[in-house]
Amino acid sequence: MTETFTPSTRFAVPGRIAVSNRAAALWQTATLTEIRPETPRAATFRFAVPAWAGHLPGQHLMLRLTADDGYTAQRHYSIASAPDDDGHLELTLDHVSGGEVSGWFHTRAQPGDEVQVRGPLSGFFAWPGDRPALLIGAGSGVVPLMSMVRHHRARGLDVPLRLLVSARGPEELIYAREYGAETLPVFTRSAPEGVPVGRLAAHHLAPLLAEGPTGGWEAYVCGSNAFAEHASRLLVRAGQPVDRIRIERFG
Amino acid sequence: MNVTRGFTGRPRAHRPGLPPGQYDAGDDWPVLSAEVTPDLAPADWTFRVDGLVAAPRTWDWDEAHALPRSAYEGDIHCVTSWSKFGVRFGGVSLDAFLDAVRPDTSATHAVAYAHTGYTTNLPLSDLTGGRAWIAWEYDGRPLAAEHGGPARLLVPHLYFWKSAKWIAGLRLLDHDEPGFWEQNGYHGRGNPWEEQRYAGD
Repeated sequence: MTETFTPSTRFAVPGRIAVSNRAAALWQTATLTEIRPETPRAATFRFAVPAWAGHLPGQHLMLRLTADDGYTAQRHYSIASAPDDDGHLELTLDHVSGGEVSGWFHTRAQPGDEVQVRGPLSGFFAWPGDRPALLIGAGSGVVPLMSMVRHHRARGLDVPLRLLVSARGPEELIYAREYGAETLPVFTRSAPEGVPVGRLAAHHLAPLLAEGPTGGWEAYVCGSNAFAEHASRLLVRAGQPVDRIRIERFG
Repeated sequence: MNVTRGFTGRPRAHRPGLPPGQYDAGDDWPVLSAEVTPDLAPADWTFRVDGLVAAPRTWDWDEAHALPRSAYEGDIHCVTSWSKFGVRFGGVSLDAFLDAVRPDTSATHAVAYAHTGYTTNLPLSDLTGGRAWIAWEYDGRPLAAEHGGPARLLVPHLYFWKSAKWIAGLRLLDHDEPGFWEQNGYHGRGNPWEEQRYAGD
């Protein structure tokens, strides 16, 4: 019997930031202003939300659609855009097969449409831009990570930031045109000429962890549960401390 | 009501047992832990109840399994808006553990903590009276690690973030002490029927 319990791992219990409970509890109207295709299956939806309290990269919101009989459907979505002072935010949504909410966005939505949002939510996956960030995403799991990359650029931050992004092939790589030297794409099914095909592996992480910045990386992993399990185990095996790994799983 | 132009929702019949704002996840069981799934063998699992109790105690795997078996068959609800109907968990009623430690009358709340360090807070009244379990079986099989195996807390009448995976213990308190998600903006209690999703709901 032990008198005081010590966790066998050291999960990063504290959130990264304090969150505003008031903003999280309030539904607001978001007006769709623009739709931009990203890949054959994903598009970015830009909204005007004039009273938006602002967010930090990595945070998400809850979005609600209402049918005329009063039926509602609500989903959590990561925010894709960097914090913006002019009352806009962007979401990038996959067209999920049979998806009730994503289906509406991809087949019916047009500029001028109104939906309800509340947030930003959760301080856990948020990145204020303070610590070196190692970002690992797959598919639309790159969305909250791209908010961090955009924030890093927009503010001209010099804190180290790297992005590993996994996609089946170049045509499915969301935000492909926006990546720079900070990003290494990993292609699992098909790749451009001369680029290897294969799953995210230890050899992708080893150099990044070996040359880690002073104080080490804060790792942010986002994607399907299968990907999150794979990537987080690779990180642990490569020596990344468990309490410096933050995971957002799509469920 | 803010009707969304052109949105009808998927074809649906009224589903009894579906709390407001939830949808039926069908066969899916999404995984939403924020931490790395721990490698925790049954032989290394322990469960402790302490704090405001007369006889704090730690059970190991075999000692916990020697308690009277209890099952839950029913529904579960996640704050991210999926619900799962007709799930079957096996384990032991939390009452069996609490009876053994004899809670003080001053105990009103508990913090549940996991082997990973995750925490969540609950009123003690949500943990007693046959409404909470330590569960190690799902659908007749050992609970998978990504769903909290070898053993998790199960409080099915509250949103599922209260059902701490990889449960390590309960500390009984005479006050409420927000846990991990509650410090990150989630509701203190999390009743799906009241839609207690976020602080302020």
